[in-house]
Order: sequence, then structure tokens, then C-alpha cells
Amino acid sequence: MNSRINSTLVKPTINLGFIVKRAGVLSLIQDEGRYGAFNLGLTNGGPIDKLAFHWANRLCSNELNVSAIEVSVGGFAIIAQVDTVIAVTGAKMPLTINGQVKELWRSYEVKAGDLIELGYTNVGVRSYFAVAGGFDITPSFGSSATVCREGIGGLKGTKLAVNDILACAVTTKAKLIKLAKQDQPKYCNEVLLRIIPSYQHHHFSPQQKKLFFSSEYKVGKSCDRMGYRLAGQKISCDIEGILSEGICHGAVQIPNDGQPIVLLNDRQTIGGYPKIGSVISIDTAKLGQLAQGGKIRFEAISMEKARKLILRDLKLFNQTQVISLNVYF
Amino acid sequence: MSPELRIEIAGENALIIYFAEQANAEVAAKVQQAQLLIRKTMSNDIIDLIPSYTSMLVVFDLLKVNHQQVANQLRMLLKNLQIYHDTQGALIELPVYYAIESGPDLNVIAKHANLPVEQIITIHQQQEYRVYAIGFAPGFAYLGEVDERIAMPRLSTPRMKVPKGAVAIADRQTAIYPSTSPGGWNIIGQCPVEMFTANKIPTMPVQVGDRVKFKAICKEQFFALGGVLGTTYE
Repeated sequence: MNSRINSTLVKPTINLGFIVKRAGVLSLIQDEGRYGAFNLGLTNGGPIDKLAFHWANRLCSNELNVSAIEVSVGGFAIIAQVDTVIAVTGAKMPLTINGQVKELWRSYEVKAGDLIELGYTNVGVRSYFAVAGGFDITPSFGSSATVCREGIGGLKGTKLAVNDILACAVTTKAKLIKLAKQDQPKYCNEVLLRIIPSYQHHHFSPQQKKLFFSSEYKVGKSCDRMGYRLAGQKISCDIEGILSEGICHGAVQIPNDGQPIVLLNDRQTIGGYPKIGSVISIDTAKLGQLAQGGKIRFEAISMEKARKLILRDLKLFNQTQVISLNVYF
Repeated sequence: MSPELRIEIAGENALIIYFAEQANAEVAAKVQQAQLLIRKTMSNDIIDLIPSYTSMLVVFDLLKVNHQQVANQLRMLLKNLQIYHDTQGALIELPVYYAIESGPDLNVIAKHANLPVEQIITIHQQQEYRVYAIGFAPGFAYLGEVDERIAMPRLSTPRMKVPKGAVAIADRQTAIYPSTSPGGWNIIGQCPVEMFTANKIPTMPVQVGDRVKFKAICKEQFFALGGVLGTTYE
């Protein structure tokens, strides 16, 4: 790659694709996430709502892990510079193309010059904007996932900004498809988080566990891609801290103030607070669609049950039929 | 298998191996040895590993294996985990410009330790440290253990900005800030060596389990090695 940059014989490639007109609250390039770099202190990143991300790519007939844009809260606008196909899934953000109202959960042809806008969300927090073939982003440590805290991924390790150009391929005669209404994930303001008791769970007394699993929590004001701080019944642990250890996705940390924190994609890789268990990924995706004030309950499940649920959801995703909207093929 | 070794559930696709209760050099070497073994023999099923003080998080591919299979494989693999002398981790020497202008907390530590500043600097160099963990930020290596005489609790209010390369102490740990960031450790000097370079192989000069020694350099050497004196904001 360096030789190409240094060479004077090759003309620089003019990258075309989309140009950001309004960046919105927090819009990030994400692929499935960064794996294999934990030993350098790098976290995963990747889409908070993996199911919606996968659907966005599938509706563009993409490999499921290619780069798309995660738009949090909304206020995003982008102009196509090439003819291609797009799809938006996830949180209910009003979508327009050249001012015309369009549906989420389906693919559309766009032409160079078209303006695509995503308004502010009505329900849910994150939506996914995918393009046929995915955005062409140079990976860092094997992934394009943007982790702002680390300054890694995306175009330059930061959230998208006005005038950023996101390269992609030109696509014509594309397959246009949609996901039937009844197959679309529903977002609401209440989520049940299924949790595998793990890590230091034996340091929480049966009474404390009972409190934890019978209480309702609310999403606090500090909720971001690193983790969701919850507010509600205090939980106490019989130890104050532990030697820092690896934190997996979904781990629920109970710091000294007794208020749980569910750790998500951009979490620190190691930490020293006791953890009561880990929320399964199907449910962290739903949690990540909650805004401040969203209601949460926890339910304990076994590792075997968790595995069954995950494999069942995967099968369901693969078996769900999409509706074809054109007859090119 | 050492009697203390435990394998426990962490999450839907993760197990955690506990090698011991207390961190020390021998345990760090064990963690590193186990990491090498797992990477070598289980790479098909393993997505990533997080080695730390006394543990290792093992993230596996749920579509290929279940947690019992992984736990069994790990038990078999680590049954005869032996620490050979030549796998005890590389010894890396890192230069440090120790001075009041690069180490604004030297005086505080000296007062706390009731020792002259020069001796704080000497004691910090005498120890051979182990890389116990890497985390907090990309390239941030936790090194232990700092001589008890110069151990120092974290600042009660973390600084908004600690310069890149700052060498610092928190309790019995020491570290080098790989990039400018907020931080609450006590700064005693500055290291001109890059601790994290995204587009370089290796990305970091050290890995978990390696040994580190610090060596004092003068201001001229610090600049010659590419060091840039940072400013610290309270």
C-alpha cells in the first residue's frame, strides 16, 4: 500500500461515493468490529445493533460484514456522487431521498446528485445506512470500525464530519428488496436483558441477586457506545474490586455506587470492578436502541440456553425471506 | 495443571482462565506462555484473547465450538504448562528523561517517601518490571511491581492532560502514557520511545509477560531520540 502512495507513476485515484452534507449527532463507519487486537489494548467497536446492521447489508445484497454507517439519534444528510443502491434499517428515523419520504428496511436506487436525509429518531437510537458493495474504507488492524476514544478506524479515527467523502462502487441494475413489515425488528422503550451469571457472580449474596433480578432499572444519562449506566436498585458486592481482567462484550459491572453498567462495543478491554454476569448479544442490540429513561429488567439464563437462543436467532435471520421489488434477475 | 488454575464462564462466547490469586513475575510468565500455546494450537476456534495480571479472557467462535469443548481443550493444553527459562519474556530497556521539567510529581513522591529526588530516580531504574497487562488505552502497558519505597497513590483529581511518553507511578505500578490523554498517575519523567504506532510492526515495543528496565538519559539524548517535552495541565 505504501509503495502505491509513494509512487509518482500512478495517478492518485479520485475516490467517489458519497459526500457528507450534515454529520448528525454521531455518525460512524462500522463493520462487524475489530478482533485479534485485544493484546494491544484495542477494543472491538462494531455495530451496537448487529441485527439491524446485518439487515442493512443484506438489503443491499452485500456480505454481512462490509462497512456501513451507524447513525445515532439522527440529523444526518449525505449526497450520492455515483449511481448505486442504498438501504437504511434500525431506529425509526424519517428517511427522505430528494425530499421524498421513503421507507426503512428496503433498498433504493440512487443517482449521482441525490440527497439522502435522515431526520431525528422517533423510536430507537441507531440506524444503519448501507450501500451496495459497502463503503471502501482502509481497515486499521483488520477492521474499519470507528472507535473515537482510541482514534482508530473510519476515515481518520473520528466520527464523520461535513464534506467527508466515503468511496464506494458504482452499481447499476441492482436487485431491490424489502423486508416485510412483520419481519422487521420492533423497537420500544422497555427491554428484558437476559444475562449469563459469570465472573464474580458468587461474590453477590443470594439476597443481592434477588434484588437485582426483581428490580426495574432505567437507562441513565451516561449511555454511549462504551457502556450503558443504569439507575435503580443499588446492588452490593462482598468485594470492592478485583485485579484488572479481560471484559467481554455485555459484561455487567457493579462499581462501588451499586449502579450496574452494561459494557458494550467500545468498552475498555480490561477493568477491575466486580461483574455479576454478561448480557447476551441479542439483547445488548436491543439495549443499544434505548435512550435515557428506557426501562430494563434482567433475567438469568444458562450458557446452554444463551447458545440456543443465539443460534435460533441466526437461523431465523437466514431463513427470513425478503420481498423482491424488481425483475432484473 | 497447577492447582490454582480455574476456568470459568465469562459470557456467551467467552471463558476466563484464572492462573493464580496474586500477580507476580512467575504468574505473568505463565499467562504469556499460555497465550502463546493457545494462539498456536487453537487459532481456528479462538477469536481473541485478553491476557491480564492473573487471568486470560478467551473469546471463541460460538458457531464452531461450545464453551465445554473450549474448556476441555484449554484444560488439556494447559495441563502441563511449564515455565521454561527462554520463554520468560524479552527484556526491553526503555530510556527515560527524569527531571522536574519532565516529571512534575518527583518532588511530591520524594516528600512522601522521605527520600531525595535522585534516589527516587535510582530506585525506579533498579527494578526489573513485568508487563502485567495492556489496556486502558491503545498501547498502555501496566508494569509491576514498583519498589514499595516509591509507591504512590493516584492523584485525587486526575489531570486533564498528561503528555505522550509520560512515565508515571500509581501505587506499585508504573506505566508510560502512549499518547496524550487525561490521567491520574504521578509523573516522574518522559520516555522518547513510541509505545504504540498504528502502522508499524510490531505496533508496540512490549507485550504482556515481557520484562522492562528503565535507563536514565539526559535532555540532549531525549531530544536526539525524538522526544518532545510535553506540558501537563492540572
